[in-house]
Amino acid sequence: MSPAAPAERQAAITGIGQSQVGRRLGRTDLDLTLDACLDAIADAGLTRDDIDGLATYPGGGLGTGGFAGPGTPEVQDALRLKLNWHDGGSEGPGQMRAVIAACFAIAAGAARHVLVYRTVTESTAQGEGGRQGIGGSGGGSGGVPRFGGFLQWSLPFGAVSAVNWIALVGQRRVHEFGLTREQLAHVALNGRRNAALNPKAIYREPMTLDDYLAARMISSPLCLFDCDAPCDGSTALVVSHADYAPDAPHPACHVNAVGTALRGRPSWDQFDDMTSMAARDAAASMWERTELGPTDVDIAQLYDGFSVLPLVWLEALGFCGRGESGPFVDGGSRIALDGELPLNTAGGQLSAGRLHGFGLLHEACVQLRGEGGERQVPGRHEVAAVANGGGPIAGTMLLTRGSG
Amino acid sequence: MNAVLASIPRVYANGPAIRLLPRLDPDNEFFWTAGRDGVLRFLRCRSCRQFIHPPVPRCPECLSDDLAPEAVSGRATVHSFTVNHQQWIPGSDPYVIGLVSIDEQPDVRLMTNLVDCEPDDSLVGSPVEVVFEQSDNVFLPLFRPASTRPEGRP
Ligand SMILES: [Zn+2]
Repeated sequence: MSPAAPAERQAAITGIGQSQVGRRLGRTDLDLTLDACLDAIADAGLTRDDIDGLATYPGGGLGTGGFAGPGTPEVQDALRLKLNWHDGGSEGPGQMRAVIAACFAIAAGAARHVLVYRTVTESTAQGEGGRQGIGGSGGGSGGVPRFGGFLQWSLPFGAVSAVNWIALVGQRRVHEFGLTREQLAHVALNGRRNAALNPKAIYREPMTLDDYLAARMISSPLCLFDCDAPCDGSTALVVSHADYAPDAPHPACHVNAVGTALRGRPSWDQFDDMTSMAARDAAASMWERTELGPTDVDIAQLYDGFSVLPLVWLEALGFCGRGESGPFVDGGSRIALDGELPLNTAGGQLSAGRLHGFGLLHEACVQLRGEGGERQVPGRHEVAAVANGGGPIAGTMLLTRGSG
Repeated sequence: MNAVLASIPRVYANGPAIRLLPRLDPDNEFFWTAGRDGVLRFLRCRSCRQFIHPPVPRCPECLSDDLAPEAVSGRATVHSFTVNHQQWIPGSDPYVIGLVSIDEQPDVRLMTNLVDCEPDDSLVGSPVEVVFEQSDNVFLPLFRPASTRPEGRP
């Protein structure tokens, strides 16, 4: 590590908020977003007059299928914020790019309290038009659209959804590491067990290994329960300059390090190591920025848009060796709430709902603050690792509990 | 894995019911039309001899702009695969999506459909060869299990 502390140490998450979360809520994305934002601002002990920065992922203009949520101009206007800095975009270290950008803006002196949010209304959109594969809309004889860019290399072969691309990662892991469906199942079953203790979770009814094994295949080796649950909901955070942390009403979650690297080729088909992809780079760059290591981490919130991704992250972050994540999660005891590394303690996206990375970030803060209630991890809760993304998209963050 | 795969139908489509096609441009047209004469081609740098994929105007290795499409054997190795069951494209029967590494330079990969194959776990690592499917003005490179004696392609 370089002598100077990394810039992100100047930032801390001082407030968290979340809207109602559910299926087909029928509420607009802005409506949900304002609930989450006002919740987070109050939680930070601030008023909207204190907010001088605003960031989101992926930003407006990508509003198909309830994926994007409102852009920063809409939220700024709705709350009449006076901003010194604002940012919305989809390229960067996963969904977490918005939080990481906020940290850097604070370190650069561009803002002091940045409101960061992520909103999805995919469940309502699904009710209106059905879940769509990426680029899979607008088909039909006579007017079949043509595709350029990276999609041209997958869509012609019916690889139209992220689940197809991630299934290729899964099958490669079957080949290299002997990954089994039972091992994948334990990621899903762990999520379901934890979701039962999360009142906001989408799926809370118990699930057994037999239930999992009987589910229909989506794209082998991934079945229905390997895919996350589209939902409606908004999550917001206030990222403040760390010098505000002692004055915040709740223990601040200090940003110890972020992982933003992308060193391999940035595509699903050409990345050198299919079994890790960009998670390897993001995780490595995070550990390059901190004196802490994997054994210091108490809680892991690892992106589970698909069940195979937490396995990728467990290895990338060094919680187990390369190829060892299947045995690591097998049986489920290591990753349970009372295990050596509690994983996705609110149920993750597989059971709690696809809040697209921000649900995991929110839960990391809940656990560090000791506010998990029934699902609070019983042991030490000082350091949390959060990872977002899959395939060629990846970002990580290491959070530490502040005093107070 | 095996119990579940045994319950999956043994006959697979060559691909989705509707082929979503690439939009041709000056960089990619040679690739998507290479199958017109049954020969797979990739862009290759004349300076450092790297194959370059996807095609771009300048060699990412040596930055030379002296690039030209060059024929390859059409033989490849299966790097991974998945059997898609979800009806993303209505009317589609289950089909096999493959990721293959070309023999000439294994870090060049193609997403494709694997046809006439048994998609069990042993498919990864197995040799395959190109077969083209024409759709409008595009020749999609699909791959099938390699014949034991390679055909005499350049
Ligand atoms: Zn070159």
